[in-house]
Amino acid sequence: MTQKKIINESGIEVKELYTEADVEASGGVGMVGLPGQYPFTRGIHREMYRKRPWTMRQYTGFANAKDTNERFHYLIENGQTGLNVAFDLPTQTGLDTDDPLAEGEVGRVGMAVDTLRDFEIAFDGIDLEKITVSLTINGSAAILIAMYLAMAEKRGYDVAKLRGTAQNDILKEFIGRGTWIFPVEPSIKLVGDTIEYCAKYAPKYSPVSVCGYHIRESGATPAQEMAYAFCIAKAYADDMLKRGLHIDEFAGRLSYNFNIFGNIFEQVAKFRAGRGLWAKIIKEDYGAENPKSMWLRMIAAGGGGGLTIEQPENNIVRGAYYALISALSGTQTMALCCYDEAYTIPSEYAQRISLRTMQLLIEEMGLCETVDPLAGSYYVETMTNDMRQKMEETMAEVEAEGGIVKMVSEGIIQAKVSAQAYEMQKDIQSGAFPKVGVNCYQIKEEENEVEFHDYNIRDAEQQVENLNAVKAERSQAEVERTLTQVKADAEAGNNVMPAIVEAVKAYATVGEITTKLVEVYGTYQEPIRF
Amino acid sequence: MTENKIRVLMGKPGLDGHDHGAKVVVRAMMDAGFEVIYTGLRKTPRQIAEAASNENVDVIGLSSMAGSHIPFCQKLKPLLKEYNLEDKLWIIGGNVPKKDHEALQKIGIDAVFPTGSHFDDIIDYIRSRYRQLV
Repeated sequence: MTQKKIINESGIEVKELYTEADVEASGGVGMVGLPGQYPFTRGIHREMYRKRPWTMRQYTGFANAKDTNERFHYLIENGQTGLNVAFDLPTQTGLDTDDPLAEGEVGRVGMAVDTLRDFEIAFDGIDLEKITVSLTINGSAAILIAMYLAMAEKRGYDVAKLRGTAQNDILKEFIGRGTWIFPVEPSIKLVGDTIEYCAKYAPKYSPVSVCGYHIRESGATPAQEMAYAFCIAKAYADDMLKRGLHIDEFAGRLSYNFNIFGNIFEQVAKFRAGRGLWAKIIKEDYGAENPKSMWLRMIAAGGGGGLTIEQPENNIVRGAYYALISALSGTQTMALCCYDEAYTIPSEYAQRISLRTMQLLIEEMGLCETVDPLAGSYYVETMTNDMRQKMEETMAEVEAEGGIVKMVSEGIIQAKVSAQAYEMQKDIQSGAFPKVGVNCYQIKEEENEVEFHDYNIRDAEQQVENLNAVKAERSQAEVERTLTQVKADAEAGNNVMPAIVEAVKAYATVGEITTKLVEVYGTYQEPIRF
Repeated sequence: MTENKIRVLMGKPGLDGHDHGAKVVVRAMMDAGFEVIYTGLRKTPRQIAEAASNENVDVIGLSSMAGSHIPFCQKLKPLLKEYNLEDKLWIIGGNVPKKDHEALQKIGIDAVFPTGSHFDDIIDYIRSRYRQLV
């Protein structure tokens, strides 16, 4: 009897058995090397988790700065070692709390931010040297990065030594997630402004975390997830080179965000392959000399696309396996989607389970004892070679079609991944792609399995009152002066970050600054393509 | 007999940008032979009512993932009257918890298709209601 072929999501055949011959046939062990050494396939640091386990950084934020600050303290008291801030949609799309378009959305999926005052409250009592902060912000990232730096400076921190990360990957927002504001070209220019500004004034800060994550959530395969992310990172790097910077002046502060749901071995191979490929691109194509420029620093996290609304408690178990994938991948930072997240903003209880899942791996399971434990497995090394080849092929396809910026501008990548998402959804609905509790092992479900996060309209009203109070206190002349400068710099094609930092310090709002930029750049018109 | 093509507007209300679900359902409807107009992201209630009116659709579909479905539908309701769209089939899908279904039906939504709904169920529902309407 002939066995059915098994093809993984990335399109690579999985054999019944792997031997040394398969490793050789797939390209050998030339790219394996040692951790901490080029090409870094086995990890970017020599000792990896022996020296320090991954940072634990659950995604958190809701209602207003005060409520979010309380949850931050709760997580830190429970052993979390970093913060990952969720902002509400008005903040993410550059609108103030009192904007008519913000009605019904203030504080709903994250913390509402209008001015620097909100950041002062949100990070009150948090030691920004011990706890690094990641801001999940994109369309309005330049403003929120400016706020973070201004807040830290006001608290007495030396911005030149300040660590932290902003997501600030606008190209992936056009593919998935959708919090764009400006057209593609000025959006890339703004990302470039933040990289250039940080390279000069905040060289320890990571101004961009390039996200394969959301492209994967939108329907990309694991190999495409990483290949598209590399194409996007190259687009940002090319903009920097055009500005006259050398690759070693900024590449070391580029970071990545990848997803962790799916087949365990395919994912682990994806991360190992990606590390080697990125190092090779930065060294060979960009001529980097500093090894740190070649590091694929990343958060391997989330897994939301793999979780199900059916039998939500199964998501706790999925989360544990995703955490194992992340640990085996050699990530710098980990975060897990919570079991209730297909329904609601996670409860404290659900957040604690996710945090304990990661702590269990560190304390009880021996995941931090030795570096890259799957290395040398015939299967994993062959799959790592195969995945790297797949990623290279995918990157070449993007180049052949005119490059990632063109493909995103025309909606080609969006159409491609959503067509794949449709095929996958059909396979799930037909049972061809097994999903436990969804198309097999179903049960009659109880209602209201999870505790819902209450959305309180009073929080939004309070946020408008706070905004009005700040507006009454600030110097209107200073706000107008700084906003005029933002617009003038945007018009002149200058780096707008210094002017935005000044505007933020004058307590200009997210909406006011965005409006000035829109007056110059315009807004994005979404291409609809199927 | 050739049946007129069922025309559907798929709208993405509010500020949320998660369009994976909206887009796969658009594709399923296109495969089923419907004429589908997708609005793209971040549409206001008025933009959705206007598009539905201009495109002369039979069905108004909304995809909501970020929890603002009730306030949005409350705002859309009077606009459907203003644009003479009250006889159109009005459905919503996405991250819409069971506890909200009754409130949505009271506002006037004909059917809710939460995350996990099968394409066939959505399409069969639209076809059967469409036959009743025409």
